[in-house]
Amino acid sequence: MKTVELTTPLDEKQISNLESGDKVFLSGEIYTARDAAHKKLVALIEEGKDLPFDLQGAIIYYVGPAPSKPGQVMNSAGPTTSYRMDVFTPLLLKHGLKGTIGKGPRSKEVRDAMVKHGGIYFAAVGGAAAGIASTVKEAEVIAYDELGPEAIRRLVVERMPLFVVNDTRGNDLFEAGVAEYRREE
Amino acid sequence: MRELDVSRITEAVADLSIRTNIYLPDDVKKALQESLEREESPLGKEILQVILDNHDISEREKMPICQDTGVAIVFLEVGQDVHFTGGALEDAVNEGVRQGYKEGHLRKSMVADPVIKRKNTTDNTPAVIYTRIVPGDKVKIVFAPKGGGAENMSEVRMMTAADGIDGVKDFVVDRVSRSGGNPCPPIVVGVGLGGSFERCAMLAKEALMRPIGEPNPDPDYNEVEKDILRRINNLGIGPQGLGGRTTALAVHIKMVPCHIASMPVAVNVQCHVSRHGETII
Repeated sequence: MKTVELTTPLDEKQISNLESGDKVFLSGEIYTARDAAHKKLVALIEEGKDLPFDLQGAIIYYVGPAPSKPGQVMNSAGPTTSYRMDVFTPLLLKHGLKGTIGKGPRSKEVRDAMVKHGGIYFAAVGGAAAGIASTVKEAEVIAYDELGPEAIRRLVVERMPLFVVNDTRGNDLFEAGVAEYRREE
Repeated sequence: MRELDVSRITEAVADLSIRTNIYLPDDVKKALQESLEREESPLGKEILQVILDNHDISEREKMPICQDTGVAIVFLEVGQDVHFTGGALEDAVNEGVRQGYKEGHLRKSMVADPVIKRKNTTDNTPAVIYTRIVPGDKVKIVFAPKGGGAENMSEVRMMTAADGIDGVKDFVVDRVSRSGGNPCPPIVVGVGLGGSFERCAMLAKEALMRPIGEPNPDPDYNEVEKDILRRINNLGIGPQGLGGRTTALAVHIKMVPCHIASMPVAVNVQCHVSRHGETII
């Protein structure tokens, strides 16, 4: 386990160097999307249409932020539970998505797709939303404004604290962590 | 008879909406602090520290602790000598939610149609309102914003008398085990026993309102709570599900009588942002 400073866009070498359990400070451009936006993104791919942002090498953060106060870049913005996006994620990974940020474990299908296509799943600390907001330096809605908190936003983050959960070799920090601290009754 | 203008209800609900989303109850903070001292996993400790630091940031910056500022759960205890004037009680509660969520820059998380259209109502209404008529001329409002992630890990099961207390324990532990890191552990587990299908679910939610550290008034169920908590923490799920000894901060049971054929059991899972506050008018 190591601590890594990462700046987007991530190249293949950076991605393959990441290991489950690594602590990451992520900087650069990322996109937000959660339930409703995923449904729309997948529909666009299936219809062969362009997406609101380039999926190649992209990182998606599963978040629906609280509305900003006047003069505030970002209000509280912690991760939402990732499994609800599992049904959509393999297709997005196939089309170039490289990283996802959320909380909670992923399905076998998503984990397999990360191994196949070279993707990383990062965990942010759920509920620590005010702290995470302070790492967001720019934010703009780029699609589906009508979805409110579920709109797609382009964010620029600076040293956003994350943990690598799933790496490209199929390791899973949830499985490893729970196995280590489980006590049989 | 005491006349009470419903604008008082609106004001109180608006205030509670903002306050509960920024300030966590002291008992929850204390439980998290104690869990940090006990936690064995270095990563678990780090996560607990991030959670505790986040409370300081949210209080200092007046930002919500979590971006999911929840569905507005409102328990009203209305004294039977109160006569409301100036409008409908439930409209006044919803107006309070509308104002509080707007002024507090809290997230609006409600969709009007749960299945087909799923269009955001844009003001976080409607609230989920439970009203009880009680003796007296006061109105007590308990406000509990409930996040979606933990609520999704909740379950009702119609068990039988033959399942007994061991069946109840196994069900609660299994429900938490299957939830893993999804509900933002460390969690608080509310368990409702008895009543009927819907009553036990409400009891489970009411059980979450009990301060952490306050024992169950029934010594038998107090022991059951301790036993379930020990088993849950032996699951190894830990903070955020990434492994550790702190999966739950507390297990709270609330029970009422039930039918001879039934043994309804409900588990309501609460994330570590265990928000609730109350006002008496």
